[in-house]
Amino acid sequence: MKNKYSIFSLIKNAFSYHENWEKAWKDPAPKKEYEAVIIGGGGHGLATAYYLAKKHNMKNIAVVEKGWIGGGNTGRNTTIIRSNYLWDASAGLYDHALKIWEGLSQELNYNVMFSQRGVMNLAHNLQDVRDLKRRTHANRLNGIDAVYLNTEEVKKFCPIINTSPNIRYPVLGGTLQRRAGTARHDAVAWGYARGADEMGVDIIQNCEVKGIKRIGDCVEGIETTKGFIKTKKIGVVAAGHSSVIANMAGLKLPLESKPLQALVSEPVKPIIDTVVMSNAVHAYVSQSDKGELVIGAGTDDYVSYSQKGSHDIVEGTLNAILELYPIFSRMRMLRQWGGIVDICPDASPIISKTSIKGLYFNCGWGTGGFKATPGSGDLFAHTIANDEPHKLNAAFNINRFVSGDLVDEHGAAAVAH
Amino acid sequence: MFLINCPFCGEREQSEFKAGGEAHIVRPKQPTELSDDEWAEYLFMRKNIKGVQFERWNHIHGCRKWFNMVRDTSNDQIKAVYKMGEKPPVK
Repeated sequence: MKNKYSIFSLIKNAFSYHENWEKAWKDPAPKKEYEAVIIGGGGHGLATAYYLAKKHNMKNIAVVEKGWIGGGNTGRNTTIIRSNYLWDASAGLYDHALKIWEGLSQELNYNVMFSQRGVMNLAHNLQDVRDLKRRTHANRLNGIDAVYLNTEEVKKFCPIINTSPNIRYPVLGGTLQRRAGTARHDAVAWGYARGADEMGVDIIQNCEVKGIKRIGDCVEGIETTKGFIKTKKIGVVAAGHSSVIANMAGLKLPLESKPLQALVSEPVKPIIDTVVMSNAVHAYVSQSDKGELVIGAGTDDYVSYSQKGSHDIVEGTLNAILELYPIFSRMRMLRQWGGIVDICPDASPIISKTSIKGLYFNCGWGTGGFKATPGSGDLFAHTIANDEPHKLNAAFNINRFVSGDLVDEHGAAAVAH
Repeated sequence: MFLINCPFCGEREQSEFKAGGEAHIVRPKQPTELSDDEWAEYLFMRKNIKGVQFERWNHIHGCRKWFNMVRDTSNDQIKAVYKMGEKPPVK
């Protein structure tokens, strides 16, 4: 049993100069065999392991991670959490996650700094206005909080937005989900890792998967840089590298991996207390607790694993940011980076069994996976433990690309993918 | 960000081009005969290779012609550029 984090443990450890804190997770060598192995130690993978142990009583499991936990897209995203998706299947999936977010810090005894500061999506033309109103109604029918704001209400909610009718893409209105917001991305990975470790999950870092061993149509185990690990169930949560793992098993997925860029500015005093996203001009911005503006750009259109994006993508995003927020014109950007996101043709994820028994995939989250981390882990754990999907992720099976029953969120969601 | 040697216009910035995805996916000869699985394979399934990949590009802000490219997706290095209908110059 781990020591509980509290004000008292903080005071107690202050007396020893914070040098004797218990390790949040161990660093074990892999065992010969596990009941299940999760490939990928990001937020989704660690959450999967956590819920497998907690809700499905599978304790003899491991998470194998090529680098270090939370060092991939979990550490690279812009931390936005919302559930205002158009289609019923998506609304169910993302709102399931949002409901878990609301109690996650307490559940994990780890402050994930979930901040329900609201997410506002802007409309810049008549079609945007119609689409956003339609989405607001769809959200309400699904029990998701959503309001439509006119230009004056947008200005009142976020005064630094330029609502002049004379700009290239004037603000004609917007939607607001007040339960939406942001969380501290690293804390999510660390909190789930600590919780999973406490229940006996082995978190094995610096362990790259080199192959998937099959006997007939069943999985037998994985070859890794730390040797062979035998297991009957493999859950792949490898984000941008999902196709690489799939190729090892002789599977093809409907994914393309592309660079997605983000950037942060120098830290400044509080200026924007919400998250503002703009679909048509593809720019979104929020402010971190450190004071940096966190800005998200779009994806490049070519396949790349290089973790670098093109300069013109960033330029386009900053053009839009400057037109909407002239006050930022003299801000300096501190860092820019790219992550590799795996995008499905319908821009919805895959949480599914495959044609190979014991092999499960949780992938295709594209540009918006962070918000779903707790829900994704919960539903994927259910799918792995029962060998059947939960009703909330049944629509997100891999066979939808054969049946044609797609969950088409491309452009229909709050931001273009 | 990289430079692309358009087979018609010469070396230009990548931002002038549009990527068209995996190359050499052959359009089914008899679409009416195709099963759902074969349609899914043709329409959606992609190799999405980390390494040397064959792909189609279009010089949309230039000659607007399609061509093929061999590119290493792990570091964005271009191995070869060749016209539509030509055999790939490298394996």
